[in-house]
Amino acid sequence: MAAVTGEEGRGVAVSTPHRTSKNGSTNGSASLNLNLVEAINQALHLAMERDSRVVVMGEDVGRNGGVFRATDGLWQRFGPERVIDTPLAESVIVGAAVGMAAFGLRPVAEIQFEGFTYLAFDQLVTQAARLRNRSRGRFRVPLVLRAPHGGGVRAPEHHSEAPEALYAHVPGLQVVIPSNPCDAKGLLLAALQQDDPVIFFEPKRIYRAFRQSVPQEAYTVPIGAAAVVREGHDVTVVSWGASVHSVLDVIAKHGVDDNNSTDHAASADGIGHLDVDAVSHLDVELIDLRSLKPWDEETVLHSVEKTGRLVVVQEAWQTGGFGSEIISRVAQKALYSLQAPPVLVGGWDIPVPLAQLEREQLPSSVRIRAALAQVMQG
Amino acid sequence: MTKPVPTSPSTIGNSTDPDLGRRLEHSHNGVAHSLPSVSQSLVELYRETPPVLAPDGTQVGPFPAGLTPADGVTLYRWLLLGRVFDEKAVHLQRQGRMGTYPPLVGQEAAQAGSAYALHPEDWLIPSYRDHLAARMRGLSFRYTLMYWMGIEEGNRIPDDVQVFTTAVSIGDQLPHATGAALATQLLHEKRAFIVYFGDGATSEGDFHESLNFAGVYRLPLVYFCQNNQYAISTPRTRQTASATIAQKAIAYGFPGERVDGNDVFAVYDAVHRALERARAGEGPTLVEAVTYRLGPHTTADDPSRYRSKDEEEIWAKQRDPLLRLRRFLQSQNLWTDEDEERARAEAVAEVQQEIAAAEAAVQEAKRHPEQIFDHTFAKLPLYLQRQRQEFLTVTRGDNGQS
Ligand SMILES: Cc1ncc(C[n+]2csc(CCOP(=O)(O)OP(=O)(O)O)c2C)c(N)n1
Ligand SMILES: [Mg+2]
Repeated sequence: MAAVTGEEGRGVAVSTPHRTSKNGSTNGSASLNLNLVEAINQALHLAMERDSRVVVMGEDVGRNGGVFRATDGLWQRFGPERVIDTPLAESVIVGAAVGMAAFGLRPVAEIQFEGFTYLAFDQLVTQAARLRNRSRGRFRVPLVLRAPHGGGVRAPEHHSEAPEALYAHVPGLQVVIPSNPCDAKGLLLAALQQDDPVIFFEPKRIYRAFRQSVPQEAYTVPIGAAAVVREGHDVTVVSWGASVHSVLDVIAKHGVDDNNSTDHAASADGIGHLDVDAVSHLDVELIDLRSLKPWDEETVLHSVEKTGRLVVVQEAWQTGGFGSEIISRVAQKALYSLQAPPVLVGGWDIPVPLAQLEREQLPSSVRIRAALAQVMQG
Repeated sequence: MTKPVPTSPSTIGNSTDPDLGRRLEHSHNGVAHSLPSVSQSLVELYRETPPVLAPDGTQVGPFPAGLTPADGVTLYRWLLLGRVFDEKAVHLQRQGRMGTYPPLVGQEAAQAGSAYALHPEDWLIPSYRDHLAARMRGLSFRYTLMYWMGIEEGNRIPDDVQVFTTAVSIGDQLPHATGAALATQLLHEKRAFIVYFGDGATSEGDFHESLNFAGVYRLPLVYFCQNNQYAISTPRTRQTASATIAQKAIAYGFPGERVDGNDVFAVYDAVHRALERARAGEGPTLVEAVTYRLGPHTTADDPSRYRSKDEEEIWAKQRDPLLRLRRFLQSQNLWTDEDEERARAEAVAEVQQEIAAAEAAVQEAKRHPEQIFDHTFAKLPLYLQRQRQEFLTVTRGDNGQS
């Protein structure tokens, strides 16, 4: 199982398809064909079975199994003392989880949508992130905060945000965001072994988008290790979460053996002066960052040194987003390897539009292709 | 140990006693460990509204001041309009013509009774399920539909409508109401505010901080909680250990009143008095309307996972606010089956017209997607002008695909 990394796990090339089709088969009894939300559910089951200190808490996570069913069956299996339906109070959910973590438990706190983590911002930034430091190590916060992440499901206002950079900015927090079922399970189990807080964002757009053969037993994907989804020589594309699939869509549609003519007409129209045709023949190296804090600098730098070109694709707002951090680091460490200025494809700096125009905010194929064309020009 | 001396309840009760705290601090008379009892005054801050209609529609109490049975006809038309709108909206969602939608079915009387008590100069600060209350303040349903269909124009409340924007992040609107009422007080305007929220919202810090703040400044504000028994799957009993939500006002030094939220006249009564208090400068009131969400939390919710059909049946069959009012009106010969048919047809016609308008507005918004940039600031800064330009030259070529 390629997404499951062994030796240090840094930038391990993924040899099996990153995305298996809906009818992708399971590998005998040792693996299950799961989508992303099911993989998370399975990881929670395993963690709770193996460690009685793990408790799950949040709004509607118990009897209801979570609004996305990520905690389905846990309440029935482990009871209301370990699967806690809380009052509607994000600040206390996180603040109480800090207290629970400091006093012997391993809480997995669910915030129903990423847009509601802001109500717990103080507890995350002021407390969870620095209790260890403030107490010189006397108190630890082994807390995992899970929240669905991002847009693309036509959800109501405040339900489609990509706030990862806000949290990655904070010393003391770790930030993780998987892009597929195998990584989701392995990263969540790794987060649960941490002695420090982890913000675990789950891209809701791909909760049920596809299935993957996921090993049934427990395994971890190391936090801080990127995955090379696809090796290539022309250009490095770095992405994370659901946006990885936006990039894969472009590569799939415009790979050497597949030229979609309608798409070409449309994009040539818009991009004008850029040579979009050339993009179809590019040999793209795609890196799925998986962890934003810490992030896998070595894998990205190594790749950029090879390709000499960098595009970062993120759903989050452009200004102060995590892509800027990556580009900054590449400029600091590998400027002389670059053959062209790096390009950032990110959400516009506006509040995420409501459902009808929400897709205009997401990194679209045409914007990714335009970025590839631009970076190849330099 | 000295027996505590009860404080005179005379100044407390109907209005809050602003001097209570001061009197407590200064009433020690040098006697150690002797506190005057405040229990009586605390108890008097909690009230229950006398019912007007029993669940079967029989009148069990006097009409609130200023209302006659004929008001029941007007109110019933509103209740029916709310129900018809809700049915159509759910249907639209099922047809894929609208996004996730939060139904109001079951809460019509709570919304109509409260909105009916507002004066033209008053303001309503809604939550996200208050479609009928907003409509009664003059907000056409097209706006509600546009918002849930997914365009921001649904939140562009017309200038002559005294309704604030939809609040989806639970509890966020309560501090806004506090500030709005404070602004009115500081500007010496004569108007009251009413802010709507659910039982679940009372667990958020914003609820408590807002009530505390409003109590301190005796703001012209009515906190209107529709306790519909659930916050998604979480029942009221798991939301708070308090016996009632109304009693929470006591902690903040102003009255809390609990009312049968499916008795439209009683709701009017409670909210009317609370608004009068607010306008008279006597401070805030918390009104808890006890009701029931007959539908799912939203069209994305499955209530069978957390509550029984039997429970739903009891509320639907025995406590439906529409049935209650209709039975009363019929017993007074104020409403006939023909009236019902005609009123329903009128409601359907209005809602259909509003749906058409909303769908046209959605098409219009989609024709100008670059407008997503235009309201971020008063004046578009250079970096957003550039992004808007990039959007137009690059993304618009992507129409229909991604
Ligand atoms: C801050 C915040 N947390 C969580 C949610 C998700 N959510 C939407 S409605 C709801 C329950 C609200 O219950 P209540 O206040 O009783 O209002 P009701 O829906 O019953 O009208 C929850 C948890 C949210 N919208 N905002
Ligand atoms: Mg409720």
